[in-house]
Amino acid sequence: MTRQQNGARRSVLAKAPVTARRTGYLTGFFKKTFAIAAMELTKLRHDPTELFTRAIQPTLWLLLFGQVFSHARAIPTGSLRYIDFLAPGILAQSVLFIAIFNGISIIWERDQGIVYKFLASPTPRSALVLGKAVSAGVRGLSQTVIIYLLGLLLGISFNWHPLALMGVMTFVFLGAALFSTFSLIVACWVKTRERFMGVGQVLTMPLFFASNAIYPVAMMPHWLQRISHLNPLTYQVDGLRSLMLTGSIAGSLGLWLDLAVLLAALTGLVMISAWLYPNIAR
Amino acid sequence: MATLITQALTKRFGALTAVDAVTLSVEAGEVFGLLGRNGAGKTTIIKMLTTLIKPTSGTATVAGCDIVRQARQVRGVIGYVPQALSADGELTGYENLLVFARLYDIPRHEQDARVRDMLASIGLKDAADRLVRSYSGGMIRRLEIAQSTIHQPEVLFLDEPTVGLDPVARDEVLAHIERLARDDRSTIFITTHYMEEAERLCNRVAIMHQGRIAAIGTPQALKMAIGGNGRTTLDEVFIYYTGSSPESRGGYDDTATKRRTAQRLG
Repeated sequence: MTRQQNGARRSVLAKAPVTARRTGYLTGFFKKTFAIAAMELTKLRHDPTELFTRAIQPTLWLLLFGQVFSHARAIPTGSLRYIDFLAPGILAQSVLFIAIFNGISIIWERDQGIVYKFLASPTPRSALVLGKAVSAGVRGLSQTVIIYLLGLLLGISFNWHPLALMGVMTFVFLGAALFSTFSLIVACWVKTRERFMGVGQVLTMPLFFASNAIYPVAMMPHWLQRISHLNPLTYQVDGLRSLMLTGSIAGSLGLWLDLAVLLAALTGLVMISAWLYPNIAR
Repeated sequence: MATLITQALTKRFGALTAVDAVTLSVEAGEVFGLLGRNGAGKTTIIKMLTTLIKPTSGTATVAGCDIVRQARQVRGVIGYVPQALSADGELTGYENLLVFARLYDIPRHEQDARVRDMLASIGLKDAADRLVRSYSGGMIRRLEIAQSTIHQPEVLFLDEPTVGLDPVARDEVLAHIERLARDDRSTIFITTHYMEEAERLCNRVAIMHQGRIAAIGTPQALKMAIGGNGRTTLDEVFIYYTGSSPESRGGYDDTATKRRTAQRLG
């Protein structure tokens, strides 16, 4: 390339109207998010065993824990049966567990050289992060199918209205994307697989127990109630509960608040992790 | 005209100066070799030039773009093949290339044809739909180079491209790099430990020692510079400039990465 061509290229970039560049950037951003998500899902298609092994844990929670506590009637859930109350919580939990270990994949890509190649390509960092979040979302949807099948078996009365089902998918997707992005942040911070496994365990359990997944917030001691209101999982479970079930839900926070909190948290986390992501190259 | 220029490029990690005021330039179409022992700062230079890390001080331009202020433009015109494994074993050869066709903004209707062309040119046409896990070391390296050249970059960075390969695979990869240099007139910036590779591929080489450029020139000129005769090898030149310290720094991580790469490719 000659000096003139170089100069020409730079002046074209400089003169292009700002709006045109911005639209170009946005389409590019979505295309590349799609490219990363499609790659992750192709891997899942080649080896779908993960989807089956991931189905075991929610099955045990619903069939064993759910059955026992239904009979014990230890948890006040108003007019709802406990097993109905529990199903959305277990869905959110299994989505959380899938998503939180997504960070492992970035550490694995770092141990290999793949992540360096992505970072040296003209791909926005936020697209790299969001692409992984989207793939976690799709994995989460597979869990939804399993929970609904189990629910049918247990006689849970689901709301089958198409709008409600779309809402459920939205909340599953948002929750998965949110917690997978959170796990990428943790991965950028700890950097090794061993530490990540430890930190992952330490984080998932408090997230789970400081939420309304398996008991209502009203049952918690006051200090835990406060924490649970800072926990995005609470809002995801709350949204899922009002969308999945037909009966009236006592103590719901409201669907729009749930949605707003999840969207805001996801946006914030994607921004933080896009900023941290390049550190993984060090 | 120089495609790649560095001016007093420096990177410090705490008290350690990994790259110390390196000034060099690489001409368009040139194959430039960066030689040095483990921990000499070769990979750190490549990471700065490929925008993965920012320099502590000094500047560099690639194809006329500043590596810090115009990082995104730089990323569009370079290709980078890291030392560690960078093809995904869980995907097929075709899928590995398709991702990068998308990330490098190849128009959608050209993607399939471009990927097929690349596969044919690296001799992987028949293996296109097999998982990369089942490829040999040489096949993987050629695929990795194809991933980073699918957009016909102006400068290709190769970080120890033959580490961990058996002699046959090494020769295949070297032949492929020679073809890129000859047919595509690509500018290639390569690091290596193997002097015979440097002699075979490079127009000019720079020998790095403890973060600085100890010597720079054509292999022939470097041999003459140490007072060599016709039988002097580049190995002797290398030892002349880098043999003064008995141990190199940063051994463990480096060794771990290399052994892991070697294990996966072997």
